[in-house]
Amino acid sequence: MKHSVCLLEAVNLALASEMRRDDSIVLLGEDIGVNGGVFRATASLREEFGLKRVMDTPLAETMIAGLTVGMSTQGLKPVAEIQFMGFIFPALEHIICHAARMRNRTRSRLSCPMVIRAPFGGGIHAPEHHSESTETLLAHIPGLKVVIPSSPARAYGLLLAAMRDPDPVIFLEPKRIYRSVQQEIEDNGVELPIGKCFTLREGSDITLLSWGAMITETLEAAAALKEQGIHCEVIDVASISPLDTETILTSVRKTGRLVIIHEAPRNLGLGAEIAATVAEKALLELQAPIARVTGYDTVMPYFRLENHYLPNTQDIIDAVTQTLEFS
Amino acid sequence: MNTQNHLQFLDCEGVPTQALPKWAEEPDWFLKCYHFMVLARQFDTKAIALQRTGQLGTYASLLGSEGIDVPVALSMQSDDVLVPYYRNHACQIIRGLPLEDAFLYWGGDERGNAAIEMGKDFPNAVPIATQSLHACGVATAMKINNLKQATVTFIGDGGTSKGDFMEALNIAGVWHLPVVFIINNNQWAISVPREIQSAANALADKAIAAGIPGIQVDGNDVIAMREATNQALQRAYEGKGPTLIEAVSYRLCDHTTADDATRYRDNDELKAAWHREPIKRLRGHMVNQGWWDEEKEKALLHEINKTVQKSADNYIKMAPQAVESFFDHMYAELPEHLVEQRDWAVVKAMPGGSHHQEGE
Ligand SMILES: Cc1ncc(C[n+]2csc(CCOP(=O)(O)OP(=O)(O)O)c2C)c(N)n1
Ligand SMILES: [Mg+2]
Repeated sequence: MKHSVCLLEAVNLALASEMRRDDSIVLLGEDIGVNGGVFRATASLREEFGLKRVMDTPLAETMIAGLTVGMSTQGLKPVAEIQFMGFIFPALEHIICHAARMRNRTRSRLSCPMVIRAPFGGGIHAPEHHSESTETLLAHIPGLKVVIPSSPARAYGLLLAAMRDPDPVIFLEPKRIYRSVQQEIEDNGVELPIGKCFTLREGSDITLLSWGAMITETLEAAAALKEQGIHCEVIDVASISPLDTETILTSVRKTGRLVIIHEAPRNLGLGAEIAATVAEKALLELQAPIARVTGYDTVMPYFRLENHYLPNTQDIIDAVTQTLEFS
Repeated sequence: MNTQNHLQFLDCEGVPTQALPKWAEEPDWFLKCYHFMVLARQFDTKAIALQRTGQLGTYASLLGSEGIDVPVALSMQSDDVLVPYYRNHACQIIRGLPLEDAFLYWGGDERGNAAIEMGKDFPNAVPIATQSLHACGVATAMKINNLKQATVTFIGDGGTSKGDFMEALNIAGVWHLPVVFIINNNQWAISVPREIQSAANALADKAIAAGIPGIQVDGNDVIAMREATNQALQRAYEGKGPTLIEAVSYRLCDHTTADDATRYRDNDELKAAWHREPIKRLRGHMVNQGWWDEEKEKALLHEINKTVQKSADNYIKMAPQAVESFFDHMYAELPEHLVEQRDWAVVKAMPGGSHHQEGE
């Protein structure tokens, strides 16, 4: 059956679909049951799957993450929601010190097949701590996979893959584009691969790499540049860990120019890792220095100034133009 | 040491349920208390109106918490320190936060945290329960510095489920810290009802394991709140250590303007809660005492309405901060790479720049 859904509804569709297929999946989090989540990502799942599979927890992220670790070692596949990524920090001890290493330290006797979902990113005029992009903190942790969808179809397919993955997956949902685009998707239970980039637009002049909500501006910039006869290849990194370096390198070898776009702060953002990898593997094939379009190395401003913090389409166009002008 | 039962002096109509404390014979405190409760509620109404018309961001209404925050703020000394969560604007306003600044904060502007009048009070804690531990740090400093001061910190019923809160009670007990913990038990944490947070009979019972006194108070009864707060503050000033006060109230509003409580909350429950609300109750008591009448009520509403309207107008007229403001307070001295980034941001905000916005 085809559904016309936004990214948020695609998350809901994937959860429902996989819960019907796999009885071991249970959901837990704050306000996810009766209320269906503060963004409605788990709407109506409590009605369909009942109290034991859709659990409203007390307000305690440390507890949520710790329970998730415990459940995942016993044959359940918990999918926990952290209401906003800004509140994931109390959960990090369990994610980093246990979920990420359980397999390794028990030589695979135990493992943590679990998913932690959290909305992230700015641009919705939210209160303090509701707008940051701290995905790098998680991508830096060995043992975790970190996945970020940027369309309804990728949200559906990647969340299915996350729930089927034998290891812990952090699934970060770009809330700025939760409802911005509708897409027809078939609820066919077909997953998309974790650890692979998605080439959204082919082009020969320059490679644009991004993920999450910034994909919107990146595609807009590519469309505008096309009018000037500039052909951008646009790649959605999607899995920021593990990184699909092959697709990235192949594209950069083809275009010789690279702009990396992310909302997160510049310093040690994932752009730095990608740039280092390209420098290591394809330096001599570059025709211009790698450019980064990023947030600043400041605290995310309260929303009145947040648009000054967030990169926009013009910034990407400017970076592309400069990169192309380099000789 | 044990938790005490529900402390109450006034019933829903403002009729005494037991002998009132001596201080309650004088009207002055009640008139002041009433003034600020009405001010808080009118501020709240205005803030919601501004949010609905796109002039304020997501706003956490204080409706239903006036009977907690106002007597607590009036009981504190100015050199005590308030470590709030995000629903204490009534308390903050009494402690000197200009109304304009309260609007600014909810309008997404850091200047709302900057008012010099706030002294050493903390800004709002949005990450739930983190403030409880900061309060213990503040109280530890007071103790080490031999100050006869107290720290007062608030938390919601939901927040009491977090480890931070229990860790805070614990250390406060061990170190006899001069801190007063106040739970605004408004029965809901967004959509999650009180009974899903804890199997404890009373949240005040959480004091037992920490070895500190805990008391459950009717949070719609300003006399009970003043009594309990004063006792707790006295204990703190005298070096006797912390107290946990559970103020039982009800969230008469949505969680924030981004929430719709009708999705999860029974309307009859809300209706019943309005019957217990704190302003009506205090007014009932004041009328019964002969301290208040229609005319005084009208005059007060009119005066406060003018004050709130003026502050809202001032807030709306205020120009946004310069772009560089989000760099300038990152460190005492801005590192080189941030000086460079600040220049980019400033240039981009200029006419013709990629981030130029009309009217800036
Ligand atoms: C650590 C953390 N987790 C989640 C949230 C999101 N959140 C904001 S308010 C809230 C409910 C708080 O309820 P309660 O403690 O009862 O306080 P109330 O808002 O009712 O006054 C939640 C879950 C948060 N701000 N911080
Ligand atoms: Mg509450």
